[in-house]
Amino acid sequence: MVFSYFPGCTLKTKAKDLDLYTRKSAEALGITLEELPDWQCCGAVYPQAKDEIATKLSSIRSLASARDLGYSLVTVCSACHHVIKRVNHDMQTDEDIVLRANNYLQLDTPYHGETKVLHYLEVLRDELGFDELAKRVKNPLTGRKIGAYYGCLLLRPSGEMQFDNPEKPTILEDFIRAIGAEPVIYANRNECCGGYITLENKPLAVKKASAVTASAKANGAECLITACPLCLYNLKENAEGDMPVYYFTELLAEALGVK
Amino acid sequence: MQRIGVFVCWCGTNIAATVDVKAVAEALGKEPGVVFATDYQYMCSQAGQDMIRDAIQEHNLGGVVICSCSPRMHETTFRKTAEKAGLNPYMVEIANIREQCSWIHKDMPTATEKAIILGRAAIAKVHLNAPLTAGESPVTKRALVIGGGIAGIQTALDIADAGFPVDIVEKKPTIGGKMTQIDKTFPTLDCAACILTPKMVEAAQNENIRIFSYSEVDSVKGFVGNFHATIRRKARYVKEDVCTGCGLCTEKCPQKKVPNEFNLGLDNRRAIYIPFAQAVPKVATIDPNYCTMLKSGKCGVCAKVCTAGAIDYKQKDELIEEDYGAIVVATGFNPIKLDHYDEYAYSQSPDVVTSLEFERLMNAAGPTAGTLLRPSDGEHPHTLVFVQCVGSRETRDCGKPYCSKICCMYTAKHAMLCREKYPDTEVYVFYIDVRTPGKNFDEFYRRAVEEYGVHYIKGMVGKVVPENGKLKVQASDLLSNEQIHIDADMVILAAAIEPDESARSIATMLTASMDTNDFFTEAHPKLRPVESPTAGIFLSGVCQGPKDIPETVAQAGAAASKVIGLLAKDHLMCNPCVAEANELMCNGCSSCEKVCPYGAITYSDKEFPGPNRTRVLRRVASVNPAVCQGCGACTVACPSGAMDLKGFSTSQIMAEVDAICK
Repeated sequence: MVFSYFPGCTLKTKAKDLDLYTRKSAEALGITLEELPDWQCCGAVYPQAKDEIATKLSSIRSLASARDLGYSLVTVCSACHHVIKRVNHDMQTDEDIVLRANNYLQLDTPYHGETKVLHYLEVLRDELGFDELAKRVKNPLTGRKIGAYYGCLLLRPSGEMQFDNPEKPTILEDFIRAIGAEPVIYANRNECCGGYITLENKPLAVKKASAVTASAKANGAECLITACPLCLYNLKENAEGDMPVYYFTELLAEALGVK
Repeated sequence: MQRIGVFVCWCGTNIAATVDVKAVAEALGKEPGVVFATDYQYMCSQAGQDMIRDAIQEHNLGGVVICSCSPRMHETTFRKTAEKAGLNPYMVEIANIREQCSWIHKDMPTATEKAIILGRAAIAKVHLNAPLTAGESPVTKRALVIGGGIAGIQTALDIADAGFPVDIVEKKPTIGGKMTQIDKTFPTLDCAACILTPKMVEAAQNENIRIFSYSEVDSVKGFVGNFHATIRRKARYVKEDVCTGCGLCTEKCPQKKVPNEFNLGLDNRRAIYIPFAQAVPKVATIDPNYCTMLKSGKCGVCAKVCTAGAIDYKQKDELIEEDYGAIVVATGFNPIKLDHYDEYAYSQSPDVVTSLEFERLMNAAGPTAGTLLRPSDGEHPHTLVFVQCVGSRETRDCGKPYCSKICCMYTAKHAMLCREKYPDTEVYVFYIDVRTPGKNFDEFYRRAVEEYGVHYIKGMVGKVVPENGKLKVQASDLLSNEQIHIDADMVILAAAIEPDESARSIATMLTASMDTNDFFTEAHPKLRPVESPTAGIFLSGVCQGPKDIPETVAQAGAAASKVIGLLAKDHLMCNPCVAEANELMCNGCSSCEKVCPYGAITYSDKEFPGPNRTRVLRRVASVNPAVCQGCGACTVACPSGAMDLKGFSTSQIMAEVDAICK
């Protein structure tokens, strides 16, 4: 199982753990992640303006380069996944953007959204299979009550992300079961953590983040797992209380005995 | 060569605004065989028809081409006109220059050119038309109603009143449908059971009505006036004619943990059950999924306590064959499943309920005997939040694009009843729009707001979070542009309604068409709202589109009157455009028999002249013209070109294609 791998800037700085445990767990599972040689920042935020292409170009370069290598492109940061997946969707469906982006980039072969974009969780679910993952687990996290925190970026807009049911997702819960722990369902698991407004309205960010951790705690969660560096930062730094928050890959590496 | 007349209709501006009708008439007037061509504002009007009749007689026309709307609209009209003028009605051809031309084009020169081409094709076809005579087929004077809710019951009662026998097939153990689960009806607040149950009893006692409860239609063959249906009476493991409905077995059955579907799973029933006290027929039914006797052979309590000896664990499904002249579809609806709407925490908290569940919680015969109690702890709720349009008017995949029509009114009813019975409650209703277009409907809604003090808030609920025994509701008020947070005790979701899941298979069985939402399509959205485009199939109730009880009853009556009109005839004119096998070309391969959906083709051995004055036996196809519906499948399947459809022969269609490509 070979994939092109797009780590993204945050995984090289603030979220080194997310990157490290992704690589370690992938190796233990026999999944080869080949880091794209010439990747650039995904653009960080998907632009809402219909005619904006400048901030999409770097994602398109990565997508085209994965296409040329012949592999699906694997991401792990929620924000990168969100941007790259949606830009790819534009390149599959929006003729105007396709034309303008290709005119600008002048690639050897114009890009039309051929690359398949997968989040590492989707690789575990759809390519490896959670049942197979469960068989590979060496140190099952038996008895641990873990709350899945999805955040907004992985799930929405659901039509483009095609990740899971945005109002009743199960992929992280299934993952938690596969590594031997017990998932805790709580209502705020797919609500925004407030991370985006930390700088302009900190009290609101605190309120939103606290609502997530409080709701998880009330339902019996001992810790939370997430795939998003911004969510992790916000839940750790801004939320009241001391709910531990981990990257899902860290617990995966632990269960596989490679932490 | 025929002497042909061409009549181009303006259809007011429907055609004339995009098609230059005069140019069309002029161009078609030059076609070979055309001796008369004209245009007129409304060809279907009396004056237009008179014009056609006069032209047929004056110019001694042998064929007529009308360039107008779809033949589905007025083919019959113009055929009758031709017949009155002494011309065979099948010498009339319609060129559809409205639906297939003027309505879909904007540019006049293009549309005009296309209209001329369509007219030219019709002229080419008329040249090859031959006079056809319709035969007659008898009508079986009995109707089948599929579905025993209020729609099916009303249709059956009306047909029976006119003196025709009618069978109701209901898949549940009792007739009555959704209305039996409703507490009160808007806007009059009548008790639903008090107005429905007498009708159920009336249906059961009517000599002309047979009720097949706990039964399904397995297959339907045939055509208008001559349907043949197989009805599966599912084994209820209780002899229906012996059971007295005393209910003793339903009290003694040791299997107590079966979710009670009548109360939407809010309480439990036994494995042997009578859905509710006023069920018709009032007989017990054993649920084979839960009965320990049927599953493991150990128990038999119900048989021991039954004094009438009605229990029969060995009962098998029974198939009944019956002929019908007309079929009415009344398959009804269900609320959608709310699996995809977990933002309202429906799967997380028992205190988040659907409106139909709320209906049971308010009903004297419901799980709480009519006292409104929170399902989670049995406490009296003080703050209730109603959310409208859950899954209706929804563009996401999981929802329905249409308005479910009944939710605004029943939510107003629930809110009002809540405030009336429990003045200590605060009631909020979140809405996108309040839609109350019905007699006394808006007055009813205003009473809820003005007299009963229900808080109506324009905006949607974004999230419901169960926390510390409360439901934290986060919503927006679009008029004041504020975020709203309410700590509610109960949240009630007005789930969209969708056609019953059986509708699609029944539509396939009846070859009746449906729309993308699985509602049955009517023959004409305005002028034939209770008939399916398939002859002999009629529509009653929500299976055709969302509607409330009075509308359903009105449609049920209308469907019945159409059925009565059909059953009152002794014979029906057959469609003469049926398939015919050319026996000299037929090689007896059975290809046509296999594709015929109506079973109209049979094979027989016939003697034909062979070489040297011998006679040879050959297997050849023959078509029963009374059964053939003229679909043409056989003509395409026939490898030797022996099958042809009268009125739509291969040569006629090729002539049309040639004319179009000229």
